[in-house]
Amino acid sequence: MKNQKTLKKLSQLKIGESGVIDSFTDKEMSLKLLEMGCTPGELVTLDKIAPMGDPIAIKVSGYLLSLRKEEASTVLVSMMNKN
Amino acid sequence: MKVEANHSFVNFSETSSIKVALVGNPNSGKSTLFNALTGLHQKTGNFPGVTVDKKSGTAKLSSLVNAEFVDLPGTYSLYPKSLDERVTFEVLCNPENADHPDITIVVADASNLKRNLFLVSQIIDLKIPVILALNMIDLVEKVGDTIDAVRLSEKLGVKVVAISARKKEGIEELRQAILQPLPVPQYDFIDVKKFAGDLIDKIKSVIKVNSDFAAFQIINNYSEIHYFEKKSDKTNKVEAILKSAEVDRNKLQSQESVERYRIINRIASECITQKSAIKTETFTHKLDNILTHKIYGYAIFLLILFFIFQTIFFLAKYPMEWIQDLFVMLSQWAEHTFPAGELTNLFVNGILAGLSGVVVFVPQIALLFAFIAILEDTGYMARVSFIMDKLMRRFGLNGRSVIPLVSGVACAVPAIMSTRTISSWKERIITIMVTPLMSCSARLPVYTLLISLVVPQDKATGFFNYQGVILMCLYLIGFIAAMVAAWIFKIILKAKEKSYFIMELPVYRSPQWKTVGITIVDKVKVFLFDAGKIIVAISVILWFLSSHAPGSKMEAIEKKYATAEMIQKYDAKELDARISSEKLEASYAGVLGKTIEPAIAPLGFDWKIGIALVTSFAAREVFVGTMATIYSAGNKDNSQTVRDKMQNETNPTTGLPVFTLAVSFSLLIFYAFAMQCMSTLAVVYRETKNWKWPALQFLFMSALAYISSFIVYHILK
Repeated sequence: MKNQKTLKKLSQLKIGESGVIDSFTDKEMSLKLLEMGCTPGELVTLDKIAPMGDPIAIKVSGYLLSLRKEEASTVLVSMMNKN
Repeated sequence: MKVEANHSFVNFSETSSIKVALVGNPNSGKSTLFNALTGLHQKTGNFPGVTVDKKSGTAKLSSLVNAEFVDLPGTYSLYPKSLDERVTFEVLCNPENADHPDITIVVADASNLKRNLFLVSQIIDLKIPVILALNMIDLVEKVGDTIDAVRLSEKLGVKVVAISARKKEGIEELRQAILQPLPVPQYDFIDVKKFAGDLIDKIKSVIKVNSDFAAFQIINNYSEIHYFEKKSDKTNKVEAILKSAEVDRNKLQSQESVERYRIINRIASECITQKSAIKTETFTHKLDNILTHKIYGYAIFLLILFFIFQTIFFLAKYPMEWIQDLFVMLSQWAEHTFPAGELTNLFVNGILAGLSGVVVFVPQIALLFAFIAILEDTGYMARVSFIMDKLMRRFGLNGRSVIPLVSGVACAVPAIMSTRTISSWKERIITIMVTPLMSCSARLPVYTLLISLVVPQDKATGFFNYQGVILMCLYLIGFIAAMVAAWIFKIILKAKEKSYFIMELPVYRSPQWKTVGITIVDKVKVFLFDAGKIIVAISVILWFLSSHAPGSKMEAIEKKYATAEMIQKYDAKELDARISSEKLEASYAGVLGKTIEPAIAPLGFDWKIGIALVTSFAAREVFVGTMATIYSAGNKDNSQTVRDKMQNETNPTTGLPVFTLAVSFSLLIFYAFAMQCMSTLAVVYRETKNWKWPALQFLFMSALAYISSFIVYHILK
């Protein structure tokens, strides 16, 4: 386990970047995200950003989920640092 | 891939009927399956007390068994947060609900199995008889993956049938599965007692529920559950238990979700074999690159809007004319066939006129919903929301508000009916409230007539035709007013629920024409029967107001013109025109017009315009006809003569022309903003199920119209 873990907000990912869901900062929002399959430990990839910069679309458990940046900023993802 | 079933058919001694509910995630193909199961034997109604469409249909499963299918609203989970989810929750969790099913079919998108299993697992834990319809199995196989349905069935403890609703594969197996005896699920998917064991036991001692999970749901969602609103001994006890326990509902629910996905992930890894570790929907990905592109995305969207708008505006014109012609023919036939008198008059000018006003909207509604169904079905609508959300959000609207707003330029009635796709309550209400400010096609005849009064036809500077410029400005003003109003509503309206934009972007599919057809029929029916009643009723009232007068004034007018002198003085046409003009003036509508004159005088309007304001409540374009009658212009269809008569009209006291620049512009602005459309109000009521909203809409639009006209009149005077 040489990989070092750094936390980032889901809203800060770049297109094509992936991370593993670590935790949520907003309880109510987390409930909605959990039922959509965004559970801790799940791998998410930022697929696209809407032309006006918001909302964003992420790939999670095999499908595309769109959410607003404000909503994505309540999700913390851990990044696997590549050397 | 098929599940071995225990073949032990039940002997139904006589024809019996079973209730089957269809549940599933949005985009799981639930409606396609519903259509495949019921064919055209379906009807649309409402769930009692809420504005959620209830689709039900029947099918003969065998010579002895009939099934009644109910298509429950699509939902990702059983938490009663939104209205749709609440309906699904209550139908499934409350055995006393009128729609509570004997069997529940959960439709799951096999190509997106994990997320779909979440809802499946919750329904399993309710311990009601369940069949899992594993839909879109063909898509899974196409990419080379396999799902072991037998194993899945064993793991879940419920019957699993693999189907493709689009290709109509597996439907017969599913029908047979319904006929076989179905036990309740064999075991709990998750043990919710881990999280709130004591409480669950306490709740179960007070209320009879099927399962621990049902009790858990009561603990978690008590305040949202509709059927507990009636207070009783039991509800008091439940409340006391919950109060003393101080439950952390968020925590319980999040524990439940995490636990469910933990087991789902395990089951999925045992039942799904993926050919490649990471697969991407390449077609969808490529198409998305274009359709959500910052330039092409908007350009294509604009083109599509333009196409829809043009089609509704121009293509609907012909059937609308045929409908109007048909009703004219019907009226003439009725007038000739039935004895002249009050009853015939009521039938022709009240009821037939009202019906004509209802049916005439059908072509526009049908066309708009054909487009919407195609956009929805292909998955494009989700992308529209995606690229428009940020812009619309600033005004308290939603990415999905775009289509209703634009459709409002053709007609607010179908536009408001199309707001169903907006899931947030607040954003939907705001869209409904402001859509009628967009200049609809019924305003066009009014605009044309009034603009021709202020600007001569041929006046143009280079490329710009002044009449055209004014017309364009009116459309623009309507749009700006809609956005400003939306922004104000955003501030003053309190939201019942938080606005989310957490939604799936489904993969692109080709549209299904059957779905499109069924949507059209549904929407047309809803409009004809729900809103139609109100429109015909108001039409009859308006007919009475404009054809009846206090006392015997009408008879007096007839007598006056029945003399030999009058008949000699005017030809038959002129005579008729004069009689109708005087009758309208004497009628209750005329009285009303004169009564409101002091109120509308500050806007520059006289009582004649007042009458037109009253009668055009039926529909804005009636303004032209009323003006023609008042100025006894004879032929109602000839707007040129109406224009001339209006232009020559002078004020009896001052001798100056009535339709000055100031009055005409004031009237134009009034018609741009005022809520003068009973059909729209009827549809707003039908869509909100509360008279508060159409009333509020009527008031704010009238106030806006009044104030704006006042300002315009006084600036230009």
